Amino acid sequence: MTLHPILAALRKHKAGTVLIALQIALTLAIVCNAVFIIGQRIDRVNRTTGLDEGDLFLVSQQWVGAPNADSTDGVEKLDAMQREDLAALRQLPDVASVAPINSLPLLNSSWTGSVSHKPGAQLGGKGNTRTAYYFTDEQMLSTLGVRLVAGRAFNAGDVQHQGFRDRRDRPVAIITQQLADKLFPKGDAVGKVMYTDGSNAPTTIIGVVARMQIPATGSWGNDFAWYSTLIPTRLDANFARYAVRAKPGRLDAAMRAVAPTLYKVNPMRVLDDDSVKPFSEIRARAYRADVGMAILMGVICLILLCVTAAGIVGLTSFWVGQRHRQIGVRRALGARKIDILRYFQIENLLIAGAGVVIGVLLSLGLNMWLMSHYEMTRIPLPYVLTGVLAMLAIGQAAVFAPARRASNVPPVVATRAA
Amino acid sequence: MFSYYLELALRSLRRSPGLTALMVLAIGFGVAASMTTWSVFRAVSGDPIPWKSSQLFVPQIDNWGPNGRSDDGEPPNAMSYADAMALMRDHRAKRQSAMYQVSPSVVPAEAGKHPLNVSGHAVYGEFFPMLDVPFKYGSGWSESDDTNRATVVVISAKLNQKLFGGASSVGKTVNIEGKDYRVVGVLDDWNPQPRFYDVVNTGGFSTTGDDVFLPFLTAIQTSMPNDGNTNCNAVPEESGFVGLQHSECVWIAYMAELDGAAAATSYRNYLNDYSREQQQAGRFRWAPNSRLRDLPAWLDNQHVVPSDTKVSLLVALGLLLVCLVNTVGLLLAKFLRRSGEIGVRRALGAQRAAIYAQFLTEAGIVGLAGGVLGLLLTGAGVASVGWVLPRDIAALARVDVSLLLLTLLVAVVATMLAGLYPTFRASRVQPAWQLKSN
Repeated sequence: MTLHPILAALRKHKAGTVLIALQIALTLAIVCNAVFIIGQRIDRVNRTTGLDEGDLFLVSQQWVGAPNADSTDGVEKLDAMQREDLAALRQLPDVASVAPINSLPLLNSSWTGSVSHKPGAQLGGKGNTRTAYYFTDEQMLSTLGVRLVAGRAFNAGDVQHQGFRDRRDRPVAIITQQLADKLFPKGDAVGKVMYTDGSNAPTTIIGVVARMQIPATGSWGNDFAWYSTLIPTRLDANFARYAVRAKPGRLDAAMRAVAPTLYKVNPMRVLDDDSVKPFSEIRARAYRADVGMAILMGVICLILLCVTAAGIVGLTSFWVGQRHRQIGVRRALGARKIDILRYFQIENLLIAGAGVVIGVLLSLGLNMWLMSHYEMTRIPLPYVLTGVLAMLAIGQAAVFAPARRASNVPPVVATRAA
Repeated sequence: MFSYYLELALRSLRRSPGLTALMVLAIGFGVAASMTTWSVFRAVSGDPIPWKSSQLFVPQIDNWGPNGRSDDGEPPNAMSYADAMALMRDHRAKRQSAMYQVSPSVVPAEAGKHPLNVSGHAVYGEFFPMLDVPFKYGSGWSESDDTNRATVVVISAKLNQKLFGGASSVGKTVNIEGKDYRVVGVLDDWNPQPRFYDVVNTGGFSTTGDDVFLPFLTAIQTSMPNDGNTNCNAVPEESGFVGLQHSECVWIAYMAELDGAAAATSYRNYLNDYSREQQQAGRFRWAPNSRLRDLPAWLDNQHVVPSDTKVSLLVALGLLLVCLVNTVGLLLAKFLRRSGEIGVRRALGAQRAAIYAQFLTEAGIVGLAGGVLGLLLTGAGVASVGWVLPRDIAALARVDVSLLLLTLLVAVVATMLAGLYPTFRASRVQPAWQLKSN
């Protein structure tokens, strides 16, 4: 079959052809970029934190009328209160282990700073590596389920305590594998020293954990999302956070026991509905916007594809109706059903082909525009190619029903007056 | 004549129900997607205080120097304690207030009730008149309360309901962080979105309103710590909250009210003079680099409208565009199928204008039907944005009369625009040719 008669026929209904091609082009441009956004969001949401997230929950509480954390005396009192809480929680029957911690991955309340090879390198200085700090104790690894890959874990002797805003030397730390690789590319981080937050006192790296995400999920944290530093220190303030690992399958029971237990230790504290929450909730909250954006883009893509497919069905049906007699003549002259079917499918392929060529250019243009105005990265070619194939397939599928109806036009139509 | 066209249009639409349904569905979905995302965009990009936003200004002072600047040379977006205090002391604006976010505990007077956590701000007395904050009972506090570090408090209607059952609590005391504060005012419903007076600490939007407002200096004196962001480009040399106050860390929001361009210019000069003084005193080792933006410019600068919201709106508008292109095609098919009818009408003397009127009426009806469907879908869409958007933002999107009218208007106008080309083609039908071929 030569293309010539198809092209000649297309020229007769230019407007319809151009409209379908335009619609395919626009659809391709939007769907490619929307699917790319969905893909990016899914990648973000699926990042693993490095924690064993099941059976893990967080307790955030605040004392009322607590001693002032700015005085040495106050800090000691606050620390005693914190240790009392920890002891009470650790004795609960459904609790496996508890660690005090200033934040958790995905919690979005973070203490960030910098680490450097040089002493006294101030925070804002260039060449420092950004990191997020976790202040915790020797039960941290087992409570969070973070895997140690080199060196040793904290022991009780490593653990210090300090007022929330105080400055104290940090003799030892555990860092993540990614941070270790950044600081010591040769892979010999354990036993080396680094300087934290512009301090002049060295911090010895005693251990490396496989992976632990920083608390921040905003785009500002993307550059150092895996650079966490763990410091064996309890922070003393008028509030405290405890990470708790329940015994397997006992998450709900352990969570229920927390408020009565802590109130028994000291009723002068704020514990509300939000104070005890499973890690799954922290995760859901952190990625709510990303999941939402993915769903929204998905819904829009679905509507778009349906509208475009329906538009092709509608216009092709119209053409079939218009060319009823012409088809009858072709059939009478010996064209087989399959020839008619193929005619409409090739016609659609030509139109859709022109559409996707423009569509690819539009997709890339839209992507570039989004990159310059919003936080987007360059769209990978496979996305565009998949989009092209999908649009061509949808065109073929949409044209099938009207084309089959056309192929069923009996040759006798040719003899009838219109 | 119009009723005749209406009848013709309805008859024509009924003749091909499939094509009609397709167009109505496309318009309905396209409009609904655009209107739903628009309602969210409208909610987050609205002016929170339209009658006054051009008189409210946010000053920025560069206390970090070149090392702390972002790539575009912007100074920090909050203030250090030293600078905020200096600006308050100089008092060069009509009204001004330094602010910081607090989250103290409140102990209910009734025995047996557990303490609760509230959010709030430590502000100066001028905060209330400056932002036209509405009061249900009482009022804000005076300048002397500020300087005397009075233990007074303004509470929200919500907290007043919780603690005092909604009756006027002016003169009563509230225990905040173990200390008694005298209530001087109870706010009326006031929950501006975005939280424009402290974008730095709230990120713009928050579901929890401020429940308490305390005098700034009183909060500092009782060392009520700040809740929210603290940004430092060097670690404070001293420990504790006092150490933070002596440091160059930024954590204080600031707002000033200035009448007119002249006042803004002189305030700008004042900020530069202040920076120059600090330079001469040796605290800043760089040339003045201050900023003064009015509220709309400030909200824009701080990217208060989340980029996701903008991208969704754009993508939804793209969807509407595709739906319209689709409608152009379908209308074209529909109208040209009736070439015979048009030919007869034209041959019988109908003007082109009559053809236009007839077919645009038909397009308008499709648009109206699509709009009604769009209304239902927009309602469903706005009701379900809570599913897909962060709660604090989704809560702002709502359906109101203007959104409903806009939905209908967009649907009808867009469809009629889409119908222009098909109508033009229909009006070009040659009467003689049609008569001959049929």
